[in-house]
Amino acid sequence: MRRISISPPVAALILAVVLFLLSGLLPNGFGSDLDVARAQALNILRLAVFLGVIAAGQTLVIISGGEGIDLSAGSVVTLTAILTYIIVNGVDARVLPALFVVLVVGALIGFINGAGITFLKISPFVMTLGMAGVVTGAIIVITHGSVTGKVAPIMTRLIARPLSPDLQIPNAIIIWLFFGILMWLLLERTAFGRNLFAIGVNRITAKLSGVNVTGMNLLTYALAGALAGFGGFLLVGNTGVVHLQLGQPFLFPSIAAVAVGGTLLSGGKGSYWGTMAGAITLTLITSLLTTMQMPESVRQMVLGGTLLILISIYGRQRALRQ
Amino acid sequence: MNPSRWQTPSAARQPALFALVLLILAIAINLIVQPNMFARDTLNSNMRVFLPIILMAVGQAIVILGGGIDISVGGIVSIVNTVLATQVGLEGSPADMWRYLFISLLIGFLAGAINGFFIAFLRLQPIITTYATSFLYAGLALYVLPNPGGGIPGEIAALYRSSTPMNLPLAFYVIAILLLIWFYLRSTRYGNFLYAVGGKADAAYETAVPVTWVQFSTYIISGLMAALSGIAITMLSGSGNADIGGPMTLNSITAVVIGGNALSGGVGGVAGPVMGAITLGVIQNIISFADIDTWWETFVRAVIIVVALAAPGIVSLFRRRHQ
Repeated sequence: MRRISISPPVAALILAVVLFLLSGLLPNGFGSDLDVARAQALNILRLAVFLGVIAAGQTLVIISGGEGIDLSAGSVVTLTAILTYIIVNGVDARVLPALFVVLVVGALIGFINGAGITFLKISPFVMTLGMAGVVTGAIIVITHGSVTGKVAPIMTRLIARPLSPDLQIPNAIIIWLFFGILMWLLLERTAFGRNLFAIGVNRITAKLSGVNVTGMNLLTYALAGALAGFGGFLLVGNTGVVHLQLGQPFLFPSIAAVAVGGTLLSGGKGSYWGTMAGAITLTLITSLLTTMQMPESVRQMVLGGTLLILISIYGRQRALRQ
Repeated sequence: MNPSRWQTPSAARQPALFALVLLILAIAINLIVQPNMFARDTLNSNMRVFLPIILMAVGQAIVILGGGIDISVGGIVSIVNTVLATQVGLEGSPADMWRYLFISLLIGFLAGAINGFFIAFLRLQPIITTYATSFLYAGLALYVLPNPGGGIPGEIAALYRSSTPMNLPLAFYVIAILLLIWFYLRSTRYGNFLYAVGGKADAAYETAVPVTWVQFSTYIISGLMAALSGIAITMLSGSGNADIGGPMTLNSITAVVIGGNALSGGVGGVAGPVMGAITLGVIQNIISFADIDTWWETFVRAVIIVVALAAPGIVSLFRRRHQ
């Protein structure tokens, strides 16, 4: 029997579209009003951007294999959002320096993750989990529970608003599209991407064929940290306020988005398009559950159930008997 | 010289040894900041706090030994907690309590079976599957008890809190029983299967190990241990809160790793994770007694844990340098 093969990113996207269309039929849905429908779709897309960007680093470490995962992404997002907030403090001219600092801080944290994983042989799960604790602790030490700062007007204009009033597409979505193209180039058209998939499939064969596995590992985690940092920067640009739990809710969804997008959690196979589709699907489901005004408990159960169904469709590992 | 000595890293030979060293170190430091820690009541009040996470870590250790991971244990704890707190109630009779203790174990069994079904039979990836079911379980707990409240009768809670048979904390007996069961289990065929499946599932399958059933069973054990953990924490707190289990999950995984088990499976045991869980508790104890500035507590605890996780790696790094 031949199974119908449909690539996971496409499946996730189709699911998202179907769900979105169905949501129009809800009592408080958009019905037949196209303008409202488009506004809602854009809003969901805009919300998906942040999960998508944060999940980009996650995609890289998961593709790199060796049980790769980044559980520090959530706290790095919080830290970098807070740093952006403090450094920018409402001044346009400080936005670029803040972005630079945030990328460096993120990369540094990621690099320490990579070093612990590569040199001290700590498993990625616990290394990054421990790092999440350290970063959370550092946030508390730095802020003492309260943050004073401000985002700059230019950030709001460049991230949350549309480029021009006629376009009506928030810039965040356009940024994400470019970001997606860059990620695709990185994964599919560079030596880094080739080596990343190579070490994800089999570290030993990759090493024997001349890939610098140690260097790749360090670079991947550093890059993941920097991308989480960028996610924090974008996030604060959109929300305009920070709090100490800003990034944490993105952590496990970022892993789920990667899995829903068809990237193998064991590494070596995947794409950023898939992650983008996964991020859109997850954001859509979450916001649908919110619009349907279900109690938190039902929302959690439906989210869990949907996730289970999604991964049952194409998250299955190869059978033991071949 | 035995050649294999140089081939296997020290951690694989004596996985629990490092956990023991760490535990003794932590206890020594704790003794400085809390000189009366071995007094019966102090010991008991510490151990009863550690026990829920110890129970959870034992279940987690079995799953991880079998090559999986269980992120849903916190959700299971929450369901058990909310069910006990709402169904038994503050005025409940001991008979109600016994009945619902049995139901709690049944809940743990079922939740574990759901995880096991998706992971072992449908062959989904453990981390994302149990992440998804953790939402199911946490949501269910929240459905049972939307706002913290309810509880169990005080005299039943007191059984857990202040039982010290023969002047030893109740927790010691529980741990002893668990370790005895584990040492027996390890010597059986099932024990061999467990290590085989965790080490290399494909090879185990080819040598006629019932891989699917072994994987399935680890999640059942984990679910049951999580239910026991939920019972323990409910008796400790005496009340219900749907958020009670969530933060415990990652602690249980940390305990297992500090205990010397490899997250990739097939290496380690249960004694190490038990020590790891106690170590985590003692570290928390030290921090709250050591007069550390409140703002620094989270940071200091996290750094200690990372150092504890890194230490075996640092040791073997130096060992390699010296050869």
